[in-house]
Amino acid sequence: MDLVTFGVQLLNAIQYGMVLFLVASGLTLVFGILGVINLAHGAFYMLGAYLAYWIATYTGSFLLAMVLGVAIAFAVGLVLENVFIRRLYGRDHLVQVLLSFGLILVIDEVREILFGKDVHAVAPPAWLSGSIQLTDNLSYPVYRLAICGFCLIVAALIFFVITRTKIGMIVRAGAENREMTRVLGIKFDVVNRYVFAVGIALAALGGIVIAPISTVFPGMGDGMLILSFVVVVLGGIGSVAGAAVGALLIGLTDTFGKVFFPSVSSILIYVLMAAVLLWRPNGILGRREV
Amino acid sequence: MRGWLIPVVLLAAALALPFVVPTYYVQFASKALIMGMLAMALNLAVGHGGMVSLCHAAFFGLAGYVLALMAPGYDPASLLLTLPAAVLASAAAALVIGALALRTRGVYFIMVTLAFGEMLFFLFHDTGIAGGSDGAYVNAKPEIAIAGHQLLDLASPLAFYFVVLAFVVATVALLTMLVNAPFGHALAAARDNERRARSLGFPIFRVRLIAFVLSGALAGIAGYFAAAQFGFVAPQMLGWHLSATVLVMVLIGGLRSVTGPLIGALVLIVLEEVLKASTDYWKLVEGFIIILIVLALPGGVRQLWPLIVGERSDEAPQSRARSPVAEGRHG
Repeated sequence: MDLVTFGVQLLNAIQYGMVLFLVASGLTLVFGILGVINLAHGAFYMLGAYLAYWIATYTGSFLLAMVLGVAIAFAVGLVLENVFIRRLYGRDHLVQVLLSFGLILVIDEVREILFGKDVHAVAPPAWLSGSIQLTDNLSYPVYRLAICGFCLIVAALIFFVITRTKIGMIVRAGAENREMTRVLGIKFDVVNRYVFAVGIALAALGGIVIAPISTVFPGMGDGMLILSFVVVVLGGIGSVAGAAVGALLIGLTDTFGKVFFPSVSSILIYVLMAAVLLWRPNGILGRREV
Repeated sequence: MRGWLIPVVLLAAALALPFVVPTYYVQFASKALIMGMLAMALNLAVGHGGMVSLCHAAFFGLAGYVLALMAPGYDPASLLLTLPAAVLASAAAALVIGALALRTRGVYFIMVTLAFGEMLFFLFHDTGIAGGSDGAYVNAKPEIAIAGHQLLDLASPLAFYFVVLAFVVATVALLTMLVNAPFGHALAAARDNERRARSLGFPIFRVRLIAFVLSGALAGIAGYFAAAQFGFVAPQMLGWHLSATVLVMVLIGGLRSVTGPLIGALVLIVLEEVLKASTDYWKLVEGFIIILIVLALPGGVRQLWPLIVGERSDEAPQSRARSPVAEGRHG
């Protein structure tokens, strides 16, 4: 493998890892702060991709699809938290698993009623649709580079908000000790609602940015859900930095696994997960105790 | 003796059923019993062991695939050969997954079992083993034959039903014995208060792993018969949607009982059948019903029983207030 091919694969790995991070960071935030395990997270990734397809088809603008898609997901997140999720706080994990499974069935069926079950393709915005010529017969699509850049900005924004702002402080305090935060007079219920909506919006955003380079299909949420779980298990639950590490690890393992060991590539990330479980059962950046 | 009456009546009804209803319903009852067996197997891990597993469909499907792979073309496979092999495969998978997943607790355990279960799903989905994503056929149902004499042929719906029923009864007996044995008490102790159980000297990890493997092996028996009944295996048999559906059955039936999940399976399968027949959007309705059950009846549909019968029970409000797994050991 020459250097250029290696570079292309490395870019692919990073781009894949970045999108994974977007989705998984939403999942880990919701778990870390709300204490709720949300199996419907992947369904919102799928919903985001379908929203992107639908809005982009009707308006012809991918950027508009991105903004509207995230806004719709955020609003849906607020409503869902208010109606269902807030009844799950402090409840048993089994109850949370099953309620979110019920939500998946509902979301899947709503998607089928609204958008059907066809496979779709979404065009990236025209100014990002070209590709950069690397060598005579190798080129790299601009859109994939743009995803890397965009995801980096979002990741930086998440880190900035969590570590440098007052909202981030409240969120971190809530993750640390829920009761104490409430006792200090912070309206934690409102924080919960917004965190859940942001988590959902991040999942949808992942689905929106991936839509132009992958196809939009009904089962896409399931695969992403499993991958996000593996990311969270690798990185440590509730840790956004851990999600970043886990997502990049999976991006690298999956991409280079497909290059070097194509026959077993689909198993490799689980081998990686098993190894991390043997080494650090609470994740690479997880706390020693759960 | 009232505690004996209901099971005996139910068993008698189950034995008499094939002689009073058409073949279609016998097959339907077999399917319900198979799913009930899977739900009871899962409940050993979830309800009795406090291990919320999302990979039991993988054990279920794996056993089915073993049958499909061992079946000799268009001839019936030998039950005495293929069933132990299938159960052994499921138990081995449960041993490996359990040993890794049991290093974690709570929500981690759920995520890890889900991921490993999906690994097996992708193994059969992406690679060419047994037809890849298209699945594979089990052309002839297994039989027991000695020196060319056929002693038992599962191709007959009646024989199939009774064999499955026998396995279900055996599963109920085994699980009841297990739950009431010192092993079951150790398992429950580990579920209710791990730290205390550990300090009392129970080998928590070993007890849990044994329960998990046993639960996986029982799921394998159910998967074997499911593959034999449908004559077809597909990767979806291993998918986590099935695992979650079976968890719903467990919750409907009640976490603390041995036979509850059997009833839960029956309730959910009949419900699905009715919904499929009455609306195109049955998944939407089913999703809402699941959400409703989870929110309103965390202790299972049994909670409705006192309301229907009019019996006054002080147990119901209590179990409503507490979360199902933290709940005491009654029932």
